[in-house]
Amino acid sequence: MCKELELFLVFAKIGMFTFGGGYAMIAMMEDELAVRRSFISAGDFPELVAASQACPGLFALNMAVFTGMRISGFAGAVFAALGAVLPPFICILLIAACFRSFRDNEYVNRVLMGLRPAAAAMVAVPVFTLARRSGINIRNVWIPIAAAILVCLAGISPVYIVIAAIAGGLAAGRLRRK
Amino acid sequence: MIYLSLFLVFFKIGLFNFGGGYAMISFLQNETVLSHAWLTASEFTDIVAISQMTPGPLGVNLATYAGYVVSGNILGAAIATFALCLPSFLLMLFLSSWLQKHHSSNAVQDAFSVLKPAVCGLIAAAAIMLCGNGNIQDWRGILIFALSFIAIMFFKAKPALVMAVAGSMGLVIF
Repeated sequence: MCKELELFLVFAKIGMFTFGGGYAMIAMMEDELAVRRSFISAGDFPELVAASQACPGLFALNMAVFTGMRISGFAGAVFAALGAVLPPFICILLIAACFRSFRDNEYVNRVLMGLRPAAAAMVAVPVFTLARRSGINIRNVWIPIAAAILVCLAGISPVYIVIAAIAGGLAAGRLRRK
Repeated sequence: MIYLSLFLVFFKIGLFNFGGGYAMISFLQNETVLSHAWLTASEFTDIVAISQMTPGPLGVNLATYAGYVVSGNILGAAIATFALCLPSFLLMLFLSSWLQKHHSSNAVQDAFSVLKPAVCGLIAAAAIMLCGNGNIQDWRGILIFALSFIAIMFFKAKPALVMAVAGSMGLVIF
């Protein structure tokens, strides 16, 4: 099989077997890219994950472009990216199209009333699991609280929060090392 | 023009969204509900709920679905998804070799020392807004929220399973 097609299929598989996205897919990526194939050596894999996380945008897509570039340059990057994006794109379009015609159905509405609190809970959980991994402690806990208040109550765009956080982090680091 | 606005909004989100799909929810809410008023709060929540039930990276699902609802057709969905992916595609293309050497440099670590906690706050903001918006109106909403939270947090329940149970509960108790 040509490399580009294989890249497309591997990332399509990783994407379609991951629900909710996020870092659940890291283990599967390692298995597919480093263990079953030698796209990336096992030693390089953690580096690749760290670099993908340091980049903005979707983690899965960053991994795909990164891996694709390594295996066969620009064409590889394009095929890997298409593999990561195209299947979920088609899948969600079908659902969205069906959903539009059922939205006013009374039963569908009751199901949705049950789904909405669950969707909120699903976003609330990573706040706590991530708090541990993000190195939040008593000295910097004001940062997430301030960010949440500014976005929620003041309606500030998260874009400004991200810019301020990067600038603040760079400035604080420079001061520390002086 | 709606397609140009969609492109610009999702390009911006793709460029500034650190921290994955959950953090993206707060960007998306700010742009689509607050700034542009393209979606109502409950339409937005339904998009988040259904995107979590569908396979694929959460960010792709959110962009595709939101683009589709905002424009009413496939072209809008394609433009939103393409625009979301474009910044990271270009950045990774040109920066991948540089990043591999420098992702543990002092400057990157300094920036992330504040960025990571801030992103956690962005996800918290998304969760708080999803709890409001009339999504949790009475004890039934609180019950479903609490059960879902406990199931995922402490029992590592799969999102698709939690959504299936929550949807069935909604059908019965509402």
